[in-house]
This record gives sequence, structure tokens and C-alpha cells, in this order.
Amino acid sequence: MIWKKLSRNWLGLIGLAVIALNVLVALMAPFIATHDPLQIDVANQAAPPSAKFFFGADEYGRDIFSRVIYGTRISLFVSVLSVLFATTFGVVLGAAAGYYRGWAESIIMRCMDAIMSFPAILLAIGIMAVLGARLINVVIALGFVYVPRFARIVRGSVLSVKQKEFVEASLAMGNSDAAIIFRHILPNCVAPLIVQATANLAYAILAESSLSFLGLGAPPPAPSWGNILSDARNFMLDNMWMTIFPGLAITLAVLGFNLLGDALRDILDPRLN
Amino acid sequence: MADALNIEGLKTFFYTRQGAAKAVNGVSLRIRPGQILGVVGESGCGKSVTAFSILRLVPHPGRIVSGRILFQGRDLLELPSREMRRIRGDRISMIFQEPMISLNPAFTVGDQLIEALRLHRRISRAQARDRAVEMLRQVEIPAPEKRINDYPHHLSGGMRQRAMIAEALLLNPDLLLADEPTTALDVTIQAQVLDIMCRLARELGTAIMFITHNLGLVAESADRVAVMYAGKVVEEGGVADIFENARHPYTRGLLRSVPLPGRRTGQGRGQLYEMAGLVPSLFDLPPGCAFHPRCPRRGEVCLREEPPWRAIGPGHWTACWLEEADAAPGQS
Repeated sequence: MIWKKLSRNWLGLIGLAVIALNVLVALMAPFIATHDPLQIDVANQAAPPSAKFFFGADEYGRDIFSRVIYGTRISLFVSVLSVLFATTFGVVLGAAAGYYRGWAESIIMRCMDAIMSFPAILLAIGIMAVLGARLINVVIALGFVYVPRFARIVRGSVLSVKQKEFVEASLAMGNSDAAIIFRHILPNCVAPLIVQATANLAYAILAESSLSFLGLGAPPPAPSWGNILSDARNFMLDNMWMTIFPGLAITLAVLGFNLLGDALRDILDPRLN
Repeated sequence: MADALNIEGLKTFFYTRQGAAKAVNGVSLRIRPGQILGVVGESGCGKSVTAFSILRLVPHPGRIVSGRILFQGRDLLELPSREMRRIRGDRISMIFQEPMISLNPAFTVGDQLIEALRLHRRISRAQARDRAVEMLRQVEIPAPEKRINDYPHHLSGGMRQRAMIAEALLLNPDLLLADEPTTALDVTIQAQVLDIMCRLARELGTAIMFITHNLGLVAESADRVAVMYAGKVVEEGGVADIFENARHPYTRGLLRSVPLPGRRTGQGRGQLYEMAGLVPSLFDLPPGCAFHPRCPRRGEVCLREEPPWRAIGPGHWTACWLEEADAAPGQS
């Protein structure tokens, strides 16, 4: 059903195509890249775009095209894993809060409020400062920051689904709480989750780039988009290709996820149908 | 013959900030195996809460305060929750009012029937599926082997309620709690669905507690009737006792409030009866007989003391001071 409607939503299809392209590039990076992304080439420092360096070279003579291609891997890795992290914890906490109510709900949701009261990027910076600049820590930091968004959505959906008589009916059938949450309630909450997850992938890409840019993401030689931009910002006025291409890569990936997210929201949100 | 269900002095209160709402305030009922007991009364008289109390699924902030619920010789209120879960859906099952939302929209009808079966019986999916198809056939769903793959939204209200009946009777329970099972259906479908439910129950020997506010349906299907008011049973008897020889003023009022085809409303003989007053607040029940503020024949004693539960004929009981010779209320 989602497929049918998505195939009629051309903006959504474009988003999907862009994401598919990103995934393909990430998977095939070694075959697409023309250079080793870490290879320093003193002779070609800050070389402008050419047949040899499609996107030019940076101040160490590293091929920006290859770095952007490999950067796709880092961005997708971080965004997908952090959203997965946030979804998992968000679903468990939100479902527990919405199903059991009472003090469990108060404690969980007040913690979520506390996390949400920080600007996301600021909190992520704080966590990175504590954990240290490693790629896996970026996943943890972003995942942690995004947990409340999922917990809130799941709690809301669980609250409304729980009201439905089929939940009462399945209790009357002799189901355990766990069976009811996982078999009967959560499957009816996936639609808003999918929408939130897709939109969040875009935020995560942006946040990962921001962290890298600030030197708190993947440690420097790694070709993450934020790192490329960070290295390039001192030369922006003279050698604009150094910033334009990684910037475009970020824009394109975020656009892809946003387009798909919007399309899915239109399709899955019953109020808009 | 042993009772299928024997409720004694059940009290279920809802504890809120305004105090305790006495939703069920001392209900005693018994149902024999294979018998259909109609439980009637206005909204909020405790019919549904009684059913939920039997399954021990009283919604928060409700709590069963006292009483005994004897089922097959065991007090359900004493059972550990694991045992209770085993009884739910297997020995006692329940049908709800709203067939539109009683089935999980995320799964096919078949999945839900199969799940219910496999929850209580160790059988293979294929066996469960066969049994589910057979059950759907018995509730007269056409082409059950196709329908079993349908999602709930593919089915009409009557079909869904039949599917619910199939699910409820799948494990051949000893007791079926039917909470307004036909209220949400078209009038033409109501009788049909009710027929199926009662026929199957009789074939399987399942006792039914049939909760409704529709007296007509009770007259047609039930063996016995219990009339509830403000958390209590005020009169209980065979269908004929209640419909032809009602003794409690509330039961009489209830019967006179039913519009009948051919009986015209408005001026004249057939004017529709309107019971005076409102259902009392469950937080603040009147002292004495809870019905006295609305009773056209109340006496002085009704304001002070609760009427005793007494037999007024074979299998016909009521709780009303009018039946007490020595304390007969005054003018009537």
C-alpha cells in the first residue's frame, strides 16, 4: 500500500532515488573513488577541479572527490546507527511509559523532557567531550540525544492504541503484557515511527557533519563531510571548490531524506488522507 | 448441577480524587452451565464492571474490594495471575461492544484466531488454521477459507462481530461474557448475530452472561434475567417472571420505558413512560434503597434501610420493601 502511494508521489520518489544513490555510493566507494582519500600529494596542493581531480584537491593535495565519496560511508553509518539506537531505546521507553502509566511514566517522561530541554547539538557536543572523539561515540551521542523524540511519539501512539478495544480483547484472551505490547500495540504504532525515523536520518547527517566540523566527530584524517568542510574553511575565499562539493553532498543527502520523510508523512498520516 | 459461575457479594470500587465510586456494590449472581443470563440496566449500573471483575481486568483506578467469584469451584479472586491468564480466553472468554475496534487492524482475522488458539493449546499452525476456518464457518461467515486472510477493515460490522464470536468460542469456553455484543450493529443484523451466538453456546454447552440494555433482545434469547441498578442486582428471575410478573418498581419502570411498535407515544393510553429522576452518583449513593429517590412507591423505611434479598417465587428474587409484609410502605 505504501509502495503504491509512493509511486504516485514524485517528490518522494526523488528522495528515494537520492537516498538509493547515497547508499550505492557508500557501498561501492572503493570502486567509484579515483584516489585513496588519505593519499597526500604535495605536488597538487589545492589543485582546482580537473580531469584528474573531479572536485579539485585540498591543501594536502588529497582528492576531494574521493574524500566526499568515502565520506558518504561515514555519514550514512553514523546517521543510520544513531537513529537505530534512538528508535530502539525510544520504543522501549515510550512503550513502557504509555502502557504502564503511573510512576514509571512520570520518571521516564521527565527524563526525556530533561534531555529535550538541551539544544540537541549542544548536548551532543557535551557527550562527545566526555566520551572522546571517536566515530562510535558520535553514534552514541546522537542516538542518546534523539531518544526522547522517539519515546514521545511511541508513548503518544501507545496511549491512543491502548484505548482500543482490541487491546482489552487480547487481555481477555489471556495474553501477557509483553505479548500485548509487542504483538498488538507496537505494530499499530509503526507509521509515525517510520516518518520520524526518516526525518531524523536527515538531522543526524547534519549533526554528524556539525560535530566533525567542530572537531568532535570522526578524528581528522577520516574523510567525513564535516572534516572536509572544516579543513577547507580557511581556504574558502580562494579555493571555493574545497567547500562547495562536500557542502553539496550534505545538502543532497539531507534533501533526499527530507523529501522521503515528507512523502511518507503524507502517506502514513491518517489525518492528511 | 454445579454452577458455571457463582458471584457472591462482589464489590468493585473506583478510587478517584472525588472518592470511591461504587460501580459494583454487592452483586451476587449465579449462572448454570449452558444457561444464558441476561444482565440489564441503565448505563453505569455496573454491568460491564461486573464482567471485567470476573476476568480480573478492572481498569485502573478500579479495584475489587470484596466478594467471591466461584468458577468451577475455585475463587477466581484468589488465583495467582498466571493461572488467571490461563483461564482468560480459554475457559472464560469475552465479546465486546464495538466490533469495529475489537479486532487488531494490523493482522488478518486468521492470524488473530490462530494466535488465540496457539496461546492456549499446543497445536501446529496448520491445525489451528483448520480449526479457525471451521469456527468461521460455524458463525456463518461465507467462504471462510478466503475470509480468514482478510484484514478486519475488509469485513462489515456484522462480519467482524461474528469473527469475534468465533474467536471467543474457539476454545470451547465454559463461560462467555458478552458485553453489549450487538449494540453497535444494525437492527437487522443484531438478531442474526445473537442467534448465532446463542445457538453455538447451546451446542457447546457454554454459559453466557449477556449484558445489554436492550430488553427485547433479552426477552428473546435469555433463560434468566438479572436487573441491575446502581451497582446492585435488584431483581432476578426467569424470563417469564421478569417480563410478565416484574415486582421491583425499577424493573417495572424499565419495562414501561421500552417503545413497542404499534404502541403510540403521545397522549392516551400508550404513552411512553419516563422514569423520574436521574441515576444516582456512584460517589454518593442514597442511603437505604438506592432506588428510593426515583421510586413512585417509596415508603419511609426505604430511606433508612436497605431492602433484603428475598425469594418471591420459585427462582424469582427481588430486593424491595414492598415485598416485606411487616414493613409495607405506606400509600401507593
